[in-house]
Amino acid sequence: MSGEDPTLPVAADLPAAAVATDRPAAGRLSMADVGVVMVGGVVGTGARFAIGTLVPRWSGVPVATFGINIVGAFLLGVLLELLAKRNLDTGWSHRVRLGVGTGGLGAFTTYSALATETVVLAAGHPARAAGYALATVVIGAVASIAGIWFARSHQRPVDESARS
Amino acid sequence: MIGSAFALLTCLAGGVGAALRFCLDALIRHRVRPSYPVATSVVNLSGSLLLGLLTGLATRQFLPHSWYIVSGTGLLGGYTTFSTASFETVRLLEERRYLAALTNGFGLLLAATAAAAAGFLVALPIAG
Repeated sequence: MSGEDPTLPVAADLPAAAVATDRPAAGRLSMADVGVVMVGGVVGTGARFAIGTLVPRWSGVPVATFGINIVGAFLLGVLLELLAKRNLDTGWSHRVRLGVGTGGLGAFTTYSALATETVVLAAGHPARAAGYALATVVIGAVASIAGIWFARSHQRPVDESARS
Repeated sequence: MIGSAFALLTCLAGGVGAALRFCLDALIRHRVRPSYPVATSVVNLSGSLLLGLLTGLATRQFLPHSWYIVSGTGLLGGYTTFSTASFETVRLLEERRYLAALTNGFGLLLAATAAAAAGFLVALPIAG
């Protein structure tokens, strides 16, 4: 990989306080942050579990997991783009990113089920399994892009809110 | 179908899984400061391997169904994540790092599926 981000080494050389507070003291995890992620993870897992129980497979294809991953990818795109535009990661914004994003949508969506369901489906229907797995990754990427665009198009200009 | 106590346990296990992912992510980023999403890949590969293993054990009735749901759907479902992986692929595309984006998209999919298959195959002789 040739196109390394040239700003990264510079940022790494800055004193900890000058670096964006995205991951404040890496290595020194805040127990409050872990707790927020955990609560979000409980809710996200509950939603995925409920949908998975209610929505049956369609010709062996796990459409519940598929829909969950696509919707989750869209929503995470919306969330992270909205928070990125606010350009701060402190207080409520930090907790929303960790609770709703890392915990909630992180646990709502799943990669292990995608991989394992593909293997199980491939035993009987290899073409369907390949289609399911590839469609998840491709449509998932489109959903992430769509989420980012959706957030950008519904964003109030930053200058306007600063003037008022 | 599993009972409501196991359903609650499944949700709680998902919270623990998400917290594990968060801690491992912070640990990996602290060590290597990667410009490629290594942490999410490590989480998803290890989680896929373990879910393949558990699925193999459950298929042979070596692992009771209720505990398979708690550990698989709950713990490993909450531990692994698709939304972050997909977002990171799009970030790589935005940075015009197309090879890295393809690796994080299709390469991870292939590797995670291979890991799940390996876990499944390892489980079969264990479960007898």
